[in-house]
Amino acid sequence: MSTSESRATGQSLPAAGNGAGTLLQLRQLSKSFGPVRALTKIDLDVPPGLVTALCGDNGAGKSVAIKTISGLWPADSGEMLWEGKPVRLHGPRDAEALGITTIYQDLALCDNLDIVQNMFLGHETRRRLVLDEEKMELAARETLRDLHVTTVRSIRQPVASLSGGQRQSVAVAKAVMSQAKLVIMDEPTAALGVAQTTMVLNLIKRLSSRGVAVLVISHNLNDVFEVADRIAVLYLGRMVASGPASEFDRATVVDYMTSGTSGRGAGNGGGSAPAEI
Amino acid sequence: MDDPLATAHPDPEREPGVAVVGVEEDAAPAAISDEALIAASPEVFASTLGEYFAAWGRRIRNGESGALPVLAGLVLIVIFFQLEEPKFLTALNLVNLLQYAAIFVMFAAAEIFALLLSEIDLSLGYIAGCGAFVIAELIAPPVGLPWWLGILGGLAVTSFMGFVQGTLITRLNLPSFVVTLGGSLGFLGAMLVIANADPSAVGGVMNIDPNSPVYKLVQDNMSTGLGWGVLAVAIAAFGATQLMRIRQRRAHGLTTPPLSVTVLTIALAAAGGIVLLLICSANRGLGVGSNVSGVPWVFPFTIVVLLALTFLLTRTRTGRYVYAIGANPEAARRSGINVAWVKTFGFVMVGLVGGLAGLVYESYNGSMATDINGGQFVLFAVGAAVIGGTSLFGGRGKPLHALLGGIVLGTVFNGLGLMGISAQGTDIATAIVLIAAVTLDSLVRRRAATQGR
Repeated sequence: MSTSESRATGQSLPAAGNGAGTLLQLRQLSKSFGPVRALTKIDLDVPPGLVTALCGDNGAGKSVAIKTISGLWPADSGEMLWEGKPVRLHGPRDAEALGITTIYQDLALCDNLDIVQNMFLGHETRRRLVLDEEKMELAARETLRDLHVTTVRSIRQPVASLSGGQRQSVAVAKAVMSQAKLVIMDEPTAALGVAQTTMVLNLIKRLSSRGVAVLVISHNLNDVFEVADRIAVLYLGRMVASGPASEFDRATVVDYMTSGTSGRGAGNGGGSAPAEI
Repeated sequence: MDDPLATAHPDPEREPGVAVVGVEEDAAPAAISDEALIAASPEVFASTLGEYFAAWGRRIRNGESGALPVLAGLVLIVIFFQLEEPKFLTALNLVNLLQYAAIFVMFAAAEIFALLLSEIDLSLGYIAGCGAFVIAELIAPPVGLPWWLGILGGLAVTSFMGFVQGTLITRLNLPSFVVTLGGSLGFLGAMLVIANADPSAVGGVMNIDPNSPVYKLVQDNMSTGLGWGVLAVAIAAFGATQLMRIRQRRAHGLTTPPLSVTVLTIALAAAGGIVLLLICSANRGLGVGSNVSGVPWVFPFTIVVLLALTFLLTRTRTGRYVYAIGANPEAARRSGINVAWVKTFGFVMVGLVGGLAGLVYESYNGSMATDINGGQFVLFAVGAAVIGGTSLFGGRGKPLHALLGGIVLGTVFNGLGLMGISAQGTDIATAIVLIAAVTLDSLVRRRAATQGR
């Protein structure tokens, strides 16, 4: 058994026998900036092994929501449950310690380092005090193979030489290497072409099939319906709908995103958020 | 929640490499783009010697050239000086040139730690000056410490200077340019205080006992026989580690550079060493019957220091973080790296290696004087590093660049001196070489930027 595989086994589904089977729960979370209410009492459930898409128009509060979850901005009120237990995050390090990794659009990769070096950045394997390059390269290769990232010819090529989709793959693989339980991806396909978008969406599916909870921020509904198991829609800081993706169709999501309500009678799965206005 | 969670659980026992349904589209390796071929170092993609040279050629045409243009430029400079001044390519002059160049090499090796972090240290020259005075006074009466303790004392002082500046820069978030500019002035003053503290430093000059290893480092030679022995051991060790690494990687099923490339590398290193030793073993004595030959101790000393720094930068975690921070400090921070600590460490290394530069400087002169031009040495340090191929913008560079750039600067100074060019002329010529090197660096960057990187 290689390192990465045992890691993958080790991180699978701690929440399975735990409470509601939900990795992360937000309860009545609110956040204001002065007089501006960015988030008003939002509820959100993020289960492991599934892809949750967080949708909303510009200014709906998507970014505030993920920055609160990833510990950058503390919430004003409300509760955040991790594996069933209430947690308070005082910074990104707290979130990281829990196993929350956020992949922002800039991907946070070092262009001058190669794929292996980027994947292990901050978590290098050492033998005595010296970097154990072979072990890291083997583990990186294993993880990339598990994620079916096969379009890079050598994992020793610098990240500078990779395409946008490949860079996204490296960022995801880095999250997997750091044993993330929840991976938040901010507009992962925003800057990508058609083929690369397909590649990244497949990667997201594979990531969730490893038992990782994935929270994808997107306003590209093609991508959302392609990849999401659950959909949550924010409108002006309120969670106006959430539930399994099968209960939505494109038109209702657009309704929720643009007006905060839908006359078509879908959504509201689990009743976790009333479609109020 | 009514989600079918149970069905989504992956099977932890799933064999790696077994396909998950619906993800086969991208399983075939795509063709590599030209950008990828250019950006990667040659051995990444090459599996034969021919491919290796093809990859190399492609990189050179795109400005990602490594050491080759510097070496080509050096050859041109050498040919020019030899045509102008036949004394240039004599054993005496070449050894003298390299002894002098060792000062630049050390200064550049120190500055590289600041440059890699995308910072700069302008105080390096007077850090070295302070260190050199501390060493000179510690080993001379009335203190009279053993030479090695004196050197350790000097290095402790210079490392501390680097630590203070690094702490100011990282904890108070000040620009390194300003902090070290102030440091440069402050350390000049400190150096004068240290020099005045010793009554034997008449007129600001401390002589160094010719029997001390501090004096002998540059001034004395390793006997030719010992030199050949050391070279043989060094080549054997270098070859063995290279081949061992390949064997280890093969054993793990990892890709390796073609064996011919490795053998060629070892052969080139051996040839370089042999040529240097042949030059050093010629009689450099000037008077009739005098016999001076052998390898100045400073040559192996410089190489050992550069190897140690290379090891630090490429094989340790801290070294890796230096590169990461230089390229993308935000990514480093988000990866959990303590950016402030690593940066402080970088400035400590500037101080430590700067102390070694001071040691080589005073050994070359056989004395230490307050007239050391610390401001100019900083410029030469940055210049040599950039000429060697280190980027001013962080994240790109290695100790080998200090060696190449230092030798180029040493050659220019030596050749112009032989030709009897005035000090003003030498300054202007050095400026031209420096600006040419920085131009090259920025052209490479622009080219890289237009390729979307």
